[in-house]
Amino acid sequence: MTSASDVMTFENAATMGLSRDEWDLINQRLGRTPNLCELGIFSAMWSEHCSYKSSKKWLKTLPIDGPQVIEGPGENAGAVDIGDGLAAIFKIESHNHPSFIEPYQGAATGVGGILRDVFTMGARPVALLNALRFGAAEHEKTRHLVGGVVLGIGGYGNCIGIPTVGGEVNFDKSYNGNILVNAMAVGLANSDRIFRSAATGPGNPVIYVGAKTGRDGIHGATMASAEFSDETESKRPTVQVGDPFTGKLLMEACLELMASDSVLSIQDMGAAGLTSSSVEMASKGGLGMEIDLDLVPAREENMSAYELMLSESQERMLMVLKPDATETARAIFNKWDLDFMPIGRVTETGRLILLKDGGTACDIPIGPLVDDAPEYDRPHGDAPTRKQLASSDITNDAPITNMLKTMLGHVDLASRRWIYEQYDSQVMADTIAGPGGDAALVRVHGSKRGLAMSTDCTPRYVEADPKMGGAQAVAEAYRNLSAIGATPLAITNNLNFGNPEKPEIMTQLVESVLGMGDAARQLDTPVVSGNVSLYNETDGKAIQPCPVIGMVGVIENVDDAVGNCFVAADQDIFVIGQSDKADDGWLGASIYQQHHGDDGIYAPPPLDLVAEQKTGSFVRQQILGGGINAAHDIADGGLAVAIAEMAMRSGFGAEIAVPKTGNLHGWAFGEDQARFVVTTADSQALIAAAKEAGIDITKLGMVSDQGELKFGDNDTISIADLNAVFEGCIPALMAG
Amino acid sequence: MTLSALRVAIIVFPGSNCDRDMMVAIEQLTSRRPALVWHKEASLDAADLVIIPGGFSFGDYLRCGALAGRSPIMNAVLDHAARGGAVMGICNGFQILTETGMVPGVLIRNAGLKFSCRNVGLRPCETLASPFTAGLDLGEDLTIPIAHNEGNYFADADELDRIEGNGQVAFRYAASDAGGPVNPNGASRDIAGVLSSNGRVLGMMPHPERAMSKLHGGTDGAKFLLKSLEALVS
Repeated sequence: MTSASDVMTFENAATMGLSRDEWDLINQRLGRTPNLCELGIFSAMWSEHCSYKSSKKWLKTLPIDGPQVIEGPGENAGAVDIGDGLAAIFKIESHNHPSFIEPYQGAATGVGGILRDVFTMGARPVALLNALRFGAAEHEKTRHLVGGVVLGIGGYGNCIGIPTVGGEVNFDKSYNGNILVNAMAVGLANSDRIFRSAATGPGNPVIYVGAKTGRDGIHGATMASAEFSDETESKRPTVQVGDPFTGKLLMEACLELMASDSVLSIQDMGAAGLTSSSVEMASKGGLGMEIDLDLVPAREENMSAYELMLSESQERMLMVLKPDATETARAIFNKWDLDFMPIGRVTETGRLILLKDGGTACDIPIGPLVDDAPEYDRPHGDAPTRKQLASSDITNDAPITNMLKTMLGHVDLASRRWIYEQYDSQVMADTIAGPGGDAALVRVHGSKRGLAMSTDCTPRYVEADPKMGGAQAVAEAYRNLSAIGATPLAITNNLNFGNPEKPEIMTQLVESVLGMGDAARQLDTPVVSGNVSLYNETDGKAIQPCPVIGMVGVIENVDDAVGNCFVAADQDIFVIGQSDKADDGWLGASIYQQHHGDDGIYAPPPLDLVAEQKTGSFVRQQILGGGINAAHDIADGGLAVAIAEMAMRSGFGAEIAVPKTGNLHGWAFGEDQARFVVTTADSQALIAAAKEAGIDITKLGMVSDQGELKFGDNDTISIADLNAVFEGCIPALMAG
Repeated sequence: MTLSALRVAIIVFPGSNCDRDMMVAIEQLTSRRPALVWHKEASLDAADLVIIPGGFSFGDYLRCGALAGRSPIMNAVLDHAARGGAVMGICNGFQILTETGMVPGVLIRNAGLKFSCRNVGLRPCETLASPFTAGLDLGEDLTIPIAHNEGNYFADADELDRIEGNGQVAFRYAASDAGGPVNPNGASRDIAGVLSSNGRVLGMMPHPERAMSKLHGGTDGAKFLLKSLEALVS
């Protein structure tokens, strides 16, 4: 079987990212030296991307159970019960390296890939979100990358017709050479009609559907598991090319087929293409698979077994059908003008056997490929302790409104409208709250129920204190969902870090996963799916760590949800979660410190998970009971920024009382956690309810119809002035 | 005839993605579910209104609407229009109508070279007799969302003069509470929707099916569609 020219050596293995120990293990398990195709399969399956070898030990510490959980980590996506016999199926996934090399295609295929993960489970996707990190605004590549990534996300999502309803975007110089593009998809399915990937029934046909296989994206999973260097440009051929039109046809055809009771198991061809799909299906079923590679629909001639198995061409699926369902299925795929090809069968051998050109191109046991995948306990240490920053350490006497104007006009806080208006946020006509709100809200089609979603992470907190940062990402998502009145249900996570072989990076990963686990347990939002992206480094320099949380929740009646803009003049404005004695705030690791302090790394604001739960639940209950008619969580930029955002989005102004003592900037821009700005039509009732619940509440002032924001007696700015800088920043940046 | 007797057919191309949204919108107003007609069909059952929905028919490959305009079903739609039947094309549907010549002009890339999804103001114009504009108040602007990359309406000056002179301009972009530029895509003379010379075919870029309730953020889409449907009934 192995021709002389096809005898692999450790040198070959090393170019595919395998270590000496891993190479030795492959030889030992096979009892011989692998050929090129087999080595390619091992290296892909044992890549960090597919095997989670550095993170698995720590991922196991995350809570994954709960009465709401239908499907936890391990399938194509996670699933939670949202009531009415329905499940929300969702996952987030990174496409960082490809997006840096080729931003349009990298981002577009990131969206396409995560959508396939969701509709593979039998769910119709109903929403897309994303979490993006770019380099410094002034960096020479940033404009090109922002423009390309946004075009790519819109290019795929708009065309396939799934609304992009939310997301987050940050800029920091640590991402200059390694941007982060994380895409999340959320779908809906009947709870009893969820499709899984375990192959069943020896002898059943294995069917290839979708687009043809080409030479694009070969060994993408391995590229995603390596650091960047100056040679990265030469990796352009490993970036996949997306075709949202075929993606749309594939989605419709698969959903139509799934409604016909023909499919036994199904798996999308994502990272490592035909390799991971066939191996995972066989492995989960405890079976084997035999595939005739000459039958695989190919876009190019003379593709080798290695190329066919490692190609990451997009819009392809592998499925096991009921034996008598082949013709039903073929008719559906013919209708949609898609390839449909039986390429093999499920076997009892426990081996992956690939035939090509009349011979055997690969014959390896599936057990070792999956079960013997290395798992490392990489060295790590204690997170560094950070000094506390006192508000008085930053001296700045400028009026609050002056500070607001510069901060809101900075890329850290400016309006993301230039970005999100390039996304179709309304197709499917069920979007109730799209980009710009605290959480997005999408109605369950044909009902009053709503799905609430948000993506969140504050990398500067994670860098300063990875445990707090990992927990804070969950808490902020929890706050965002609570602020519209939704009950959080579960999370998906996307762990973006540098090289885990460096102890200081591994420490970030370990600590933030532990923090995330604490928060997920306290807030009752188990992890149901996720993705790990390591080696986010360029020339040895790591990114700011970024463990992104995507959270999904539910609201029984979308009519009860509130927004984050003022709704009527003369209503009282309160801050919930803050005592009326407060006359200062936490400026360490804040946006304010970044803009006006030194560039030291200080302790981030303390996080009290019990307070998060108590405050968030109180706000949610008050919203659902009609006691709060607008709410906004306090996050980047603190209290003053939250108030300004509520004003700018509504056109109303506000008159805010300021404390007579203490540190005014600390009070206005501190980023103390577990707080919300709210308005109400019945102040007495809200105050009484807060007292009874033991929640701090402080009246800040009143909504006005004067079109200006007024702090104290004589610090005033017009909303139009604020809007001009807020809306003008990113368009000006992108115009160059 | 009552609204529920109105027979509406919605054409579905591979890549259409507003077909369901339009179906739901029409059903909301008429209590009768429109027929969805697959593009490979060569004939069309009798219909009082044919709607070509938004989306990315054939992936917008070659040119927006170019391939859909040559689909088998379009011969039937052309026949329907030739008999005086009413046709409405929204967004990609408008692009398809221009490809077939059922309405004048063409739609090219937005002047900003970016996809744009947001609310726009829409000013009903004084037109020749048409079911799509008969019920609208001239002084009352509508707010309806757009979502497109190629909505920049173009025709040469002579043709624009002729279209305007004939009363074929159905809508122009207007200022709205949503802010942003009045003309979102560089369209000639702010044109957002045009009629055929007999007033029975309308192409427009904005999506009325996305402004059907307070939860959508507005009801002007429902208002426009209802007026059109009522005019077709009477």
